[in-house]
Amino acid sequence: MANLAETQTTEGVPVANDDIPQAIRIAAERVSVFYGEKQALFDVDLDIASHSVTSLIGPSGCGKSTFLRCLNRMNDTIEGCRVAGNIKLDGVEILSDALDVVQLRARVGMVFQKPNPFPKSIADNITYAPRIHGLATTKADFDAIVERSLRRAGLWDEVKDRLDEPGTGLSGGQQQRLCIARAIAVQPEVILMDEPCSALDPIATARIEELIDELRQEYTIVIVTHSMQQAARVSQKTAFFHLGILVEEGETEQIFTAPRDERTQDYITGRFG
Amino acid sequence: MDKGHIVTSFDAELARLTGLITQMGELAVAQIDGSVRALVRHDTKLAKKVVADDAEIDALEAEVDRAALNLMALRQPMADDLRRALAAMKIAPDIERIGDYAKNIAKRTVALDQAPVTTPIVTIPRMAQMVREMVRDVMQAFADHDIELARKVWERDVEIDESYDAVFRELLTHMMEDPRRITSCTHLLFTAKNIERIGDLATNIAERIHFQVTGDFIDEDRPKHDLSSVMVVEPREAGAGNG
Repeated sequence: MANLAETQTTEGVPVANDDIPQAIRIAAERVSVFYGEKQALFDVDLDIASHSVTSLIGPSGCGKSTFLRCLNRMNDTIEGCRVAGNIKLDGVEILSDALDVVQLRARVGMVFQKPNPFPKSIADNITYAPRIHGLATTKADFDAIVERSLRRAGLWDEVKDRLDEPGTGLSGGQQQRLCIARAIAVQPEVILMDEPCSALDPIATARIEELIDELRQEYTIVIVTHSMQQAARVSQKTAFFHLGILVEEGETEQIFTAPRDERTQDYITGRFG
Repeated sequence: MDKGHIVTSFDAELARLTGLITQMGELAVAQIDGSVRALVRHDTKLAKKVVADDAEIDALEAEVDRAALNLMALRQPMADDLRRALAAMKIAPDIERIGDYAKNIAKRTVALDQAPVTTPIVTIPRMAQMVREMVRDVMQAFADHDIELARKVWERDVEIDESYDAVFRELLTHMMEDPRRITSCTHLLFTAKNIERIGDLATNIAERIHFQVTGDFIDEDRPKHDLSSVMVVEPREAGAGNG
């Protein structure tokens, strides 16, 4: 027992710890969204921590996807949609008209509910965005991007011998991982996921969830999910939306074991009538 | 939490879990009553019944485990529902232990009946009455999600500790006065200790109710007053005509 103290001091090496407060990657302040006359989101304040997974949960129509789509200006594509407030990515306002939206979407990638690979080869799916953004020129560089992206998405071993085959020929779970590989090919800082597993079976879902957990070492992830178990499993922070209002946000453990707001409690325990 | 779940069978399963715990609690109170009545009245027959009836509490505990396990596996309870399932799984063994202590008191009643010399039982029934009320109240607090009542039970344990100290002193004095009473006094000492432990378990349950309802632990140290572990009674104190 004499060297107990010694052991403790030598083990005091700094390690990644979920308890340590993390840097804020995205800071949203008083964000409101209007579809024409109708207001869909009301004064949302939410900080998204770097290198963590934040889940947005809530019943259909609560505004969670609307909020997610603000983070890479996807709402710009909807006619009559207006976004008010401030959203800062690493301190820079992204709602500004002066911002290059194409550049923003390279930094803030997105994965959708239904896997949507391009009708091209697996390799071309990965190289498409780096080519547009001029991230590589030589074939060797592109090959490196393909391998690195597919490896990070946990798909490399399954597809390395058929990179020229169409991406649409893969299984649903593989297609979704291909879409994740495609999103990370341009080295984004943030990955937005809008119900990425709702079209997948439980095994494919588990693989995506495992992947999400690995990806948060390098990226900041925001995920919209209808599965509360999924939010509980994959995220460190959870935000609950209801009727366009951010009702409660906090550590995932706290939200699912002892929520503060009665509306959160009613929703996650299945008491909404 | 009177608002029902969308899936009503979930409510039924939670209610069943709560019902099992309540049933265990009622049985435990009856067992305490029976064991102490048997002790006071030297009723060996009743004591034997108490010993036999303990199996009912044990069976209910197993049923609570099964019901809670099924609830977790099939319903994936969250928030207060999850805390409720967890509380049931933690309270059930506490009540089962209470039953064991009552059973042990009953066993000693049978043994006391065969002891050479009896000892007057004065403080123990009063102490048992207090503990019985604690168990009854804590079960009421459980049924009503009443953290105020749970806290009151929690605070009352100090009185049990004080009573236990008094019994300890009383029995030591008896033993010094008449060594033939050592057998009966030793059994009574264990009986008092059993009652004191039941009080501790009632306070445990009070703490679990607090966590179940609020999601927070009671954040103070429980008042304690059990001095028996350091208590010495001098022979002089027992002897008469010394002062």
